[in-house]
Amino acid sequence: MARPHRPLPSLSRRRVLALGGVGALGASLAACGDNTGRGGSTSPDGAGSSAAGRPQIAQWYHQYGEAGTQEAVERYAADYGPADVTVSWKPGDYDQSTAASLLTDSGPDVFEYGNGPTIDMIRGDQVADLTDLFGDTLDDFTPSLVERMTYDGKVWAVPQVVDTQVLVYRRSLLEQAGIEPPQQISELVEAARELTRDDVKGLFLGNDGGAGLLGGPMLWAAGLDYLDGERVGFDSAGAPEALAVLRTLWTDETVLLGQAKDWFDPDALTSGRAAMQWTGLWTFPMIAEALGDDFGVIPWPAMEGGSPSVPVGAYGSCVSTRASDVQAAQDFVRWLWIEQTDKQLDFATAYGFHLPSRTSLVPEADVLSSGPAADAAGYVTDHGHAQTPLLWTPQSATAWSDMMNRIVRDGADPQAELDALVPIVEAELERVTG
Amino acid sequence: MLTRLRGRTNRDASLWFWVFVGPFFAGLVLFIYVPIGWSVYLSFFEAYNTVTPTEFVGLANYRDMLTDQAFRDSLLTFVVFAAFIVPTTFALSLLTALLVARTRVMQAFFRSVFFLPVACSYVVAALVWKMSIFSGMSSGAANALLGLAGVSPIPWLSITDPPWYWLVIVSARLWLQVGFYMILFLAALQRVPVTLYEAAAIDGAEGWQVFRHITWPQLLPASTAVLLLLLINAFQAFDEFYNILAGFSGYPPYARPPLVYLYYTALGSGQNFGDGSAGAVILTVLIAVVALAQTRLLRLGGRD
Repeated sequence: MARPHRPLPSLSRRRVLALGGVGALGASLAACGDNTGRGGSTSPDGAGSSAAGRPQIAQWYHQYGEAGTQEAVERYAADYGPADVTVSWKPGDYDQSTAASLLTDSGPDVFEYGNGPTIDMIRGDQVADLTDLFGDTLDDFTPSLVERMTYDGKVWAVPQVVDTQVLVYRRSLLEQAGIEPPQQISELVEAARELTRDDVKGLFLGNDGGAGLLGGPMLWAAGLDYLDGERVGFDSAGAPEALAVLRTLWTDETVLLGQAKDWFDPDALTSGRAAMQWTGLWTFPMIAEALGDDFGVIPWPAMEGGSPSVPVGAYGSCVSTRASDVQAAQDFVRWLWIEQTDKQLDFATAYGFHLPSRTSLVPEADVLSSGPAADAAGYVTDHGHAQTPLLWTPQSATAWSDMMNRIVRDGADPQAELDALVPIVEAELERVTG
Repeated sequence: MLTRLRGRTNRDASLWFWVFVGPFFAGLVLFIYVPIGWSVYLSFFEAYNTVTPTEFVGLANYRDMLTDQAFRDSLLTFVVFAAFIVPTTFALSLLTALLVARTRVMQAFFRSVFFLPVACSYVVAALVWKMSIFSGMSSGAANALLGLAGVSPIPWLSITDPPWYWLVIVSARLWLQVGFYMILFLAALQRVPVTLYEAAAIDGAEGWQVFRHITWPQLLPASTAVLLLLLINAFQAFDEFYNILAGFSGYPPYARPPLVYLYYTALGSGQNFGDGSAGAVILTVLIAVVALAQTRLLRLGGRD
């Protein structure tokens, strides 16, 4: 169901995948009962404090695949003066086990969650309101992400680092074919045809032909969205036409399929099996190493009435309302993810390849200041859309993902499929806003 | 004196009974019956993000799940899947058992070879099937073979028409399971008294007749057990399906076992324990009904 299925996979889940954490159900269950990292000295009144009276904070991260990340976050935690912060590094199915642990007293005080807390966590009073932590820095954070983590006028998480997906192309292959990087969807379809030769396909959108990733960008291309506020955003004439484009690419046989390494790895592009590939910002160092400067980057093109787009995601730092000392936990989050800009920059660029969530930091990172990476950073600010809206619940996401698969892979009628989806999404909207 | 002793022996016996059985019984109650009961309880409540719900909704969760097209599809798919995989696995494991039992050379070797896959993890086998045998690349084993015949590479798991993914899943499942049921049949075969075969041979029975009138009736109790286990296994399918078909963007809407769907509903970021529990109860009832019907229809093992 996926979810997105995995339902709602956040962009940076690939880091879990990088470690081979596929199907780690057992690990997620095992993670439920283990050490919370809170230390053993919780005082009887429930306020977590050590003998010295310092607050104890348990902070959870999912297992990042990049070497050095764990040491880095432990270093940040050790640098924090006012409280003792214990970092827990959670392998396996992090989102599931964290969501489950919030129901118990053995959960974290501070934790990261893909694209901020879920609507059910917010409405279930499981996470604390973090609006006041931002002060006048709120405008400096990537706007699409702040919007994604805001509900009821309050901000519920602080975005840590930003990941995005973009369309990467081989300059040389486009030049040989005499093609400009496509600005419009029609040009993209045409370019994919032109670029498809014997053993090269024009476009790689993932092994499902883009069903999982490009439904949203197609809506945005048509000037639509998943939701329009608290209403369905795709119940309009342009939507079926937009989604049908992905089916056209499929039946044209211009999309590459069946790759051992899916879209989150640049192998299809760098090995020359595809001329253009939809992939993540994190692949840029690998692409540059393999292709030098023989690659460029564009956002997903637009159709008439819409605009180009890139999906944007970030783990958001949240505070559990079951934290032993909510105030101390909030102070720590403000310190680390809002005030300590040098640590944020270090976390974003020193181990993997991500954007700092404060836009003012982007020019300060050497690796982001020029070339395709700088282009991508600009697209995030200008064309960034949160992957999916907050009110887009797992059930809606599953139904959407099923629909996209049927349209793209089975050739189902987009209009009929969309008509069937509307009541499902409306019921979910009513549930979460009612 | 005698009665006192006997009383003590009885007490001792019951003490030791509980020492040995108690921990397992406690585990059974705590980890099996309590969760089942709790799940039934949850299925009558709205339970998003909580296992101690307060809002009683009656049968609404059951209505939700039964009107949920995706869930109904997964149930239907798996009735069809069971109808195919149960007889196939049954026939193949019986066949291998008969062949292995007959063979005179390297019997131990053949037994081990067919049984070995049982020792392999479903997850590992699924990944081998997905990434090396049925990889969509031209270097995948299946595609390399086809390449020799001049067929261009097939993206086995990407395309749905024709549904090659069933070939991948079914072959993985057969490879993993046949050996286990073969062992069950082998054990049953070895319990068939040799005297029956000798008597039949004297009466002139051979080949198919021997199987039809001696081996098969003698295997009936084992067959019942195998059929039931196969059936439950088919409905409980999860590991190899999940690891072969689930991708980064989730599990596609085809060949989706009910358990995978429920996993996403209840344990995924959905955390919808009410609907999830209702689905689990429906699935349990379905398995029980089909198993009962099967036993009745086939009248297997009834007189054992």
